[in-house]
Amino acid sequence: MSRIAARFTALKTQGRSGLVTFITAGDPDMATFQKILGGLAIAGADIIEVGMPFSDPMADGPSIQMSSQRALKHDIALKDIFSAIATFRKTDNQTPIVLMGYYNPIYRYGGERFSQDASAAGVDGMIIVDLPPEEADELLPHLNAHRLNLIFLTAPTSSDVRLPTIVNKASGFIYHVAVTGVTGTKSADADVVKEDVARLRRHIKLPIAVGFGIKSAAQVKAIAVHADAVVVGSAIVDVIAESARKHPSAPDTIAAGVHAFVKDLASGLK
Amino acid sequence: MAFVQPPNTFRAGADENGHFGIFGGRYVAETLVPLILQVEKAYTEAKTDPKFQAELISFNTHYAGRPSPLYFAERLTGHFGGAKIYFKRDELNHTGSHKINNCLGQILLARRMGKKRIIAETGAGQHGVAMATVCARFGMECIVYMGAKDIERQKPNVFRMKLLGAEVRAVEKGHGTLKDAMNEALRDWVANVDSTYYAIGTAAGPHPYPTMVRDFQSVIGNEVRTQLHEAEGRLPDTLVACIGGGSNAIGLFHPFLDDQSVRIIGVEAAGKGVASGEHAASITGGEPGVLHGNRTYLLQDANGQIKDAHSISAGLDYPGIGPEHSWLHEMKRVEYVSATDVEALAAFQLCSKLEGILPALEPSHALAYVGKIAPKLPPNHLLVMNLCGRGDKDVFTIADALGAKM
Repeated sequence: MSRIAARFTALKTQGRSGLVTFITAGDPDMATFQKILGGLAIAGADIIEVGMPFSDPMADGPSIQMSSQRALKHDIALKDIFSAIATFRKTDNQTPIVLMGYYNPIYRYGGERFSQDASAAGVDGMIIVDLPPEEADELLPHLNAHRLNLIFLTAPTSSDVRLPTIVNKASGFIYHVAVTGVTGTKSADADVVKEDVARLRRHIKLPIAVGFGIKSAAQVKAIAVHADAVVVGSAIVDVIAESARKHPSAPDTIAAGVHAFVKDLASGLK
Repeated sequence: MAFVQPPNTFRAGADENGHFGIFGGRYVAETLVPLILQVEKAYTEAKTDPKFQAELISFNTHYAGRPSPLYFAERLTGHFGGAKIYFKRDELNHTGSHKINNCLGQILLARRMGKKRIIAETGAGQHGVAMATVCARFGMECIVYMGAKDIERQKPNVFRMKLLGAEVRAVEKGHGTLKDAMNEALRDWVANVDSTYYAIGTAAGPHPYPTMVRDFQSVIGNEVRTQLHEAEGRLPDTLVACIGGGSNAIGLFHPFLDDQSVRIIGVEAAGKGVASGEHAASITGGEPGVLHGNRTYLLQDANGQIKDAHSISAGLDYPGIGPEHSWLHEMKRVEYVSATDVEALAAFQLCSKLEGILPALEPSHALAYVGKIAPKLPPNHLLVMNLCGRGDKDVFTIADALGAKM
């Protein structure tokens, strides 16, 4: 069983929803990122999403845009991300890691080589924001060959007619975007999420994670009632940004602050 | 290099999924996929609706001032001493460039779709001005995203947009140019899915935009075919147009793609020279990649991060190119070349002095290349260049580049 499937099975046994935490690789620098990554699971993350920084993050709001820019100042490349994940895997072989990003860096790296290197590093799945199912066929065979899940997004605008197109190619879990908007701006509404997820369940057997616009422990708790997992991204990235500003070149202090915040987010779930 | 089998026609694309060979497509976030599918459906219906086409023709004629003249540039022809040079005078359109052709088409489509709020991105400000113009005419809200650097160098157009009632939103992110404005417009669209129509200004972006914008701009090439037939009784020998995203170029080229005798040349902006790394020549100096909804040639580094473009012309300052151009390049149907800032400035001055026409800096790139090939061609060689915009908007930039005080 893949790490993602095993984790959702375990969550089901525990009778709770999972917490998915997003951080951008190399933010604010590689050493600090490695420290943050290393402690996320202990702090309460059930699945870790690692952002692959991109120069033009069209679906992201200011928080994640700036985190990408901080990372790109150090010229963070995919090979650096794979190496950081391989290091993480030496001490944690259970927590699923999902890479999230845009297609161009992957396309440029080469789909086959990307899948091979990601798998070797210990990555479990991909969320590629600008690769809808209609465009995924050139990458999917390579991901499948290396047992990597391609996790598709669904949105409030995804109609019942469209959902089967997405579901047919999805694996791992479905990432439902709770709001129409970019990351970290609008606030997710639990009542809307309840209705959307109920609609999705009619088409989807995979676990459903809900993200975008979820910023606090209270919101995590409220959304968790309706979802198999809840994703927090911009709010964590904001903690990193603020802490890196106050404590430049203090990786331990920054990591401790992030872990404390994640612990608080997870508190509503356990 | 592998032999490329030419297709039966170069004019059939895009396919049903919006691809031109490997280029084009719909690389957008899921939230936007249903929206672009709606635009595609609405456009497919409008295209074959005689009422829609009749209304578009009427506005093109009475509002934009089409057909634009095909003008024999006699003094430049004499100066270069070779090919007979014609200008397609799209700078004489209402709002001063070819952009109005696309804006009229898209505003009629937006109205047909029941949308009331229009967003657009702009580089030089020509698309922004044209969109603000048609929004005023049709009583729609207009928001134009424009890079902060472009706002600085295109002040007259910024003020024109405001006079027309549009809201101009400055984009400070990235390097504050067209690419960043387009990112911001896409973010707006994702957040305002029900009310908003995104009017992309060039033949790029997710399907159906590259095809739709091309269709609206093809009025240029269709008129040239008729007008040159009237003037000379035959097809042109060479077509030349400048390329940023490439909408004026594809509009001139597309009707002639299957006329094998016609040589077709697109001129990209080489900025300070392609070797300098500071340029906007996506085909000459880029690699295929995925950005802003389509796969196409892009300026990017080895890690797939998009590089900033550079050109003296804000309208060509974009690190990508429309996907159909990428395909026409790989099919070897169109030649893609480049001209530098310095060459474009010289061509601007030459055209102003010899023809009494201030061309925009964008078509000045095309003219710079015409100046390279025309002298070597015989006098009976018919060359048509798209003079796609007028230079009034550029006078501050040009004064600065020439070290002149205004």
